[in-house]
Amino acid sequence: MHELSIASAIVATVERHAGGSPVRVVRVRVGRLRQVVPDSLEFCFGMVARESVCEGARLELDVVPAVLRCAACEHEWEIAEPPFWCPECAGSEVAAVRGEELEVESIEIEEDACIART
Amino acid sequence: MHRTHVKVLEDVLDANGTLARANRADFDREHVTVVNLMGSPGAGKTTVLEQVVRSLPGVRVGVLEGDVKGSFDAERIAALHVPVTQINTDPSFGGECHLDANMVRSAVPSLALGEIDLLVIENVGNLVCPAEFQVGEHARVMVTSVTEGEDKPLKYPLMFRACELALVNKIDLLPHLDFDLEKYLYHLDAVHPGVAHIELSATTGAGVEAWRDWLVEVATHGHVHA
Repeated sequence: MHELSIASAIVATVERHAGGSPVRVVRVRVGRLRQVVPDSLEFCFGMVARESVCEGARLELDVVPAVLRCAACEHEWEIAEPPFWCPECAGSEVAAVRGEELEVESIEIEEDACIART
Repeated sequence: MHRTHVKVLEDVLDANGTLARANRADFDREHVTVVNLMGSPGAGKTTVLEQVVRSLPGVRVGVLEGDVKGSFDAERIAALHVPVTQINTDPSFGGECHLDANMVRSAVPSLALGEIDLLVIENVGNLVCPAEFQVGEHARVMVTSVTEGEDKPLKYPLMFRACELALVNKIDLLPHLDFDLEKYLYHLDAVHPGVAHIELSATTGAGVEAWRDWLVEVATHGHVHA
């Protein structure tokens, strides 16, 4: 149930960037290596968004595939599930190049046209 | 009214990360090495601590106990005359399932950092959430037990990938269980290639010495040697 904490952190992040304007869309990049359950995150987001600038906003999750890199042979490969050994040289010193993201990519806010132009 | 697209590109857990770095700076200033002890409820986190906290040669140890509610574990550690502080996650929304950097930060003033060399933070029993929240630790230890099934690393990869050491507890029960230790270790290595592990029984004392040596090594050097 850490999705509740993550949802709260998303709302807090968005509030810092929305300038008080109502938010319509929140785009979040979630790496495959994070244990985030999309349905649960959406449910929690709807709950914690109430009475914030995110109330009624749509949460769009962009799931980022996991890409690993072998330190020994420098091979890079995409992975959906373990094992995490290098498929080329069976090396065990591997690091994630992508797949550990958990970031608010962008938001869409509703702005008064006159204010926006000034 | 019109819609404006705003680029954010900000880590969702940035606030937690900032507090974790502040905790880490406090620990480093006082030369205290911090170990985050994680694992599922009942894996034996408190028990493996009880086995070693009184006999770490040259290392003064303190413990931070994280639980949703109650101070049962803290009382067990306090009975060994080891300084211990309890954090309950209950006052927040329904009781958080993990410790975060802010909770640890609020507990830092109650810890006499100048009087210890090693702080062990026993996280809330949980195989998912604690891995997402750094608290300022130098190393992470995962406690698992042979009663939990050999497929656990495959089911909870994040947690097993986040640790520097996996303790495999309750090995005295192996003769009574349908648990394939080799298979478990294969799964562990598949999820976290090369990760160190210690097979341990808090009941018979097997492996306790290796676990103690590991803690002393980490406390002495402030980090894990590859």
